[in-house]
Amino acid sequence: MKVYADNAATTYLSKTAKEVLLDCLDNYNGNPNSLHTDGQLTQEKLDEARGIVAACINAKNPNEIYFTSGGSEADNQALISAARANKAKGKTHLITTNIEHHAILHTMRKLELEGFEVTYLAPKANGIVDVDDVAAAITDKTALVSIMFANNEMGAIQPIPEIGAICKERGVLFHTDAVQAAAHIPIDVQAMNIDMLSLSGHKFHGPKGVGVLYARNGIRLLNVIEGGAQERGKRAGTVNVPGIAAMAAALKEGCDNMEANNEKVIALRDKLIKGLADIPHAQLNGDPVKRLPGNVNYSFEGVEGESLLLGLDNYGIACSSGSACTSESLDPSHVLLGMGVPIEAAHGSLRFSLNEENTEEEVDFIIEKVHKVVELFRSMSPFWDALEKGEKEHCI
Amino acid sequence: MALYSDKVMDHFENPRNVGVIENADGVGEVGNPTCGDIMKMYLKIENDTIVDVKFKTFGCASAIATSSMATEIIKGKTIDEALELTNKAVVEALDGLPARKIHCSVLAEDAIKAALVDYFTKTGKEMPECLVGFEPHED
Repeated sequence: MKVYADNAATTYLSKTAKEVLLDCLDNYNGNPNSLHTDGQLTQEKLDEARGIVAACINAKNPNEIYFTSGGSEADNQALISAARANKAKGKTHLITTNIEHHAILHTMRKLELEGFEVTYLAPKANGIVDVDDVAAAITDKTALVSIMFANNEMGAIQPIPEIGAICKERGVLFHTDAVQAAAHIPIDVQAMNIDMLSLSGHKFHGPKGVGVLYARNGIRLLNVIEGGAQERGKRAGTVNVPGIAAMAAALKEGCDNMEANNEKVIALRDKLIKGLADIPHAQLNGDPVKRLPGNVNYSFEGVEGESLLLGLDNYGIACSSGSACTSESLDPSHVLLGMGVPIEAAHGSLRFSLNEENTEEEVDFIIEKVHKVVELFRSMSPFWDALEKGEKEHCI
Repeated sequence: MALYSDKVMDHFENPRNVGVIENADGVGEVGNPTCGDIMKMYLKIENDTIVDVKFKTFGCASAIATSSMATEIIKGKTIDEALELTNKAVVEALDGLPARKIHCSVLAEDAIKAALVDYFTKTGKEMPECLVGFEPHED
């Protein structure tokens, strides 16, 4: 059996998105900046896509949608713009969390080198940031609060409307990395007081290499990519209309079917969570309820995540791990460590990210095989016996 | 190209010599501070020959595969021959490892050396020069 349970890493292109993509490649291949008919027909496709994206997140005006190469570029541009454009006003303080995607964290580090001061808030043990901590961190010098909509690793959904309200009240810009949230949980940039938002096409069955930066009118964007005057002069480069149109179609499809999809995906998620709960010395990471519909993140003490992952891969199950061994840097997940998960437990973590195409049968298969690989690798562990005999203390 | 060679995957999926030797003549446990992997080697030694070897490893596929391959190489060899085993030889026997996983093979070499240090310490036999003052690699 082949089970794809790594949709937070990337999704497969939907049939709808693929049709739009191919249609554009065949029939709307002009440069939208060209004045001839070919160009203008493509421009219409681009306008249409902008309108669709704006509607999906309830942006007031389609011109608040800027197409980028993906979520990372959108994150970079949002942070760099908010920081540098406010520096002259003496606003040199930025607030984020320690569980953000590296697109946020590494950009924040870059801004620190430019002289900005950054506060990294730690979430509570359930992976959710305390709204009071956000309010307490804001000072007269704060230019921007950037807090992700939902976490990519352990799925916790952040209190975005509450944070938006605080930022509005205190006159601070609010950006959210909604890469994992878009098309999966409702987003309303106006009602939630979101000034800037990033999303990425391939996380909701759109193509890779295309994303969105939403920036409310009135916010000064600075270019990350210089060149031509595309995207109202804020993002140079010939516009990837086929990718953008396909992304917009996928986003619309996801938003239109959100309720029905979530009913199914949440049931699958909770079945998987429940099915793994009888494994001793294991824990669910992230809030059990306020979490992304498809996210299941478990830590298993005494085993290492890469071995679990490859053991499951041998059974045809695709998932991911926060283990140090799976990362290029050999550091365990900063997200799990950032929310206080012990390092041993971070090392033995697995993330399953389900979607509406997964089935109950697949979840049963995952449950069975996870039991098997955890038991296998615990039997190979040099310290599992000592833990079981009480000679060493269990961390979970 | 896949992350791991077929040989690595074979030794990961079907590791040789997993287990514990009761009353082993030498036991060595080493850990890698970089990634948190831990390897434990058990040696049964008769007439300066490693007649049996078992391991237990907490770690990634390459940590398990290098443990397995290293035990396979030294089983039946004399102590002197086992001391000549380098992490490089283990990597070559596995048809290579990704650069960031080379430290796993160092762990396997160190685990064998640590087990031999334990053997010489326990038996009171004269420690070979190359093991005097042995310290596992920091990385």
